Amino acid sequence: MDTVVETHELTKRYGGQVAVNRLDLQIRKGEIFGFLGPNGAGKTTTFLMLLGLSEPTAGTARVCGFDPTREPLKVKRVVGYLPENVGFYEDMTASDNLRYVARLNGLRDGALQGKIEALLDQVGLLAEARKRVGAYSRGMRQRLGIAEVLLKDPQVAFLDEPTLGLDPDGTQKMLDFIQGLSREKGITVFFSSHQLDQVQRISDRVGIMLKGHLVAAGPIQELARQRLGVDQEKYTLEEIYLRYFREDQPTQ
Amino acid sequence: MTGLRAVYRKELEDHFSSVRFILLMTVILMVSLLTAYMVGSGLRKELEGMQRPSMLFLLLFTSTGALLSLAQFIAFFGPLIGMVLGFDAINRERAARTLSKVLSQPIYRDAVINGKFLAGLTVIAVMLLAIVLLISGLGLRVLGVVPGWEEVARLAVYLVLSVVYIGFWLGVAILASVLFRSIATSALATLALWIFFAFFMALGASLVADIVTPLPPGLSQDPEALVRREGTQRMVASLSPMTLYSEATGTILDPMRKTTRSLVLVGPFERLSMSRFQNPLPLVQSALIVAPHLISLVAITMVCFAVCYAVFMRQEIRST
Repeated sequence: MDTVVETHELTKRYGGQVAVNRLDLQIRKGEIFGFLGPNGAGKTTTFLMLLGLSEPTAGTARVCGFDPTREPLKVKRVVGYLPENVGFYEDMTASDNLRYVARLNGLRDGALQGKIEALLDQVGLLAEARKRVGAYSRGMRQRLGIAEVLLKDPQVAFLDEPTLGLDPDGTQKMLDFIQGLSREKGITVFFSSHQLDQVQRISDRVGIMLKGHLVAAGPIQELARQRLGVDQEKYTLEEIYLRYFREDQPTQ
Repeated sequence: MTGLRAVYRKELEDHFSSVRFILLMTVILMVSLLTAYMVGSGLRKELEGMQRPSMLFLLLFTSTGALLSLAQFIAFFGPLIGMVLGFDAINRERAARTLSKVLSQPIYRDAVINGKFLAGLTVIAVMLLAIVLLISGLGLRVLGVVPGWEEVARLAVYLVLSVVYIGFWLGVAILASVLFRSIATSALATLALWIFFAFFMALGASLVADIVTPLPPGLSQDPEALVRREGTQRMVASLSPMTLYSEATGTILDPMRKTTRSLVLVGPFERLSMSRFQNPLPLVQSALIVAPHLISLVAITMVCFAVCYAVFMRQEIRST
């Protein structure tokens, strides 16, 4: 299994504060990697550095073999990014928004209409395609964001808090969708969240980020063994995570 | 350039379909057409029975209507066009979180800023061309006079000058939108700069001239000191793009104007010989006078855009 995303001692410093501290990360092709951590742990900054939107202070990163600092365009062609608060042009319809992103990706206008409609149908927005995005609910925006990610047929998807603010039904659909991305389309999914039960449900491997440090990474069973002991029969990701979190606190 | 075409196209569509543009265009058209009509009828009445002067058509643009001549109106309010088109170019996208979305697509970052600037320039050019053509049409109707080739050429140079000048203000507005997070702040900053250049530059230039090359007390008629002071004042005033533009358009639109200076020290015999040579200046000569102004305006605009570009390329874009 080859590594799709890898970082080596990746660091980001803002003035005196360290947002990401010597991150060593490997994500394998086709897997779903859940990135856990409290707010301000450095998860979004990691995404930005992997996309080439932010320049790392030290260390290197590789996405599909490309360096995001040196060849950002090549990285952006294969990676679809759904940011935490995805923005759209409120005065334009969903189709127009997608059309603009498609043009930015260099897709030809010819087959575009069909492709856009197919994508909107996939995420369940075909009925509202002609409405202005300004009238959309949060769940609809998230779905449109996913459609945007899929527009370029990516190999990797970076999803920053994809289920944040969604109702239970929307959350369920989103999680099923993310699983579908990996199982059916073979897309590597790198997503961040602090909804531990959701991460537990769909991730192949997880990484726990605390104050810029990656304190643990691996399959959930392995983490349970490391932290809770071999004789622990039932575990939840919450227990593992809180164990790490509380250990980190005294160092304040 | 990857992405430039898509950004340019979208920005152009946005501008032409925005309420802002429609309002601006309506106001400017109304005022221009009104002034043109008044000037036209006024001219027609004045020149009844007289021999037709050369370059009559240009008088349409330079004679005073109700309050301002058309050229003065565009000189004064043109910057507002540039400002309105550019003051929220970048910070609006930042606030709506669409900037990070656009920049995560495989386009060069400068395609965004270049596309916005070029789209703004295109809108300005279209607006100005429309106004000039409409006024020419109205003038043809009211005056009944057809412009000659030299007048058309002069109008073309005037158009280029105006587009560059308003393009400068577009650049200033986009720079403000890059530097300031708040849309209101960038609008106010650009407006403040315009007010400074419009109202206070003349005073400022005079003040600086008085400090650097003061007139000796008592002997206020000393011609050398006067000339030196005048020179300093002109040099400082030419830092203002507004001065450059009004001097240049004054010269190109008024062929009788042989110099950009308003203060000319002449003796009685010189005055006599000047009154003999009342022929209008040929186009090439007027263009030669105006060329340094045009080059300076282009240079100032490019510097402004370069600063904007450099700052934008270095900024970090987060969606949170």
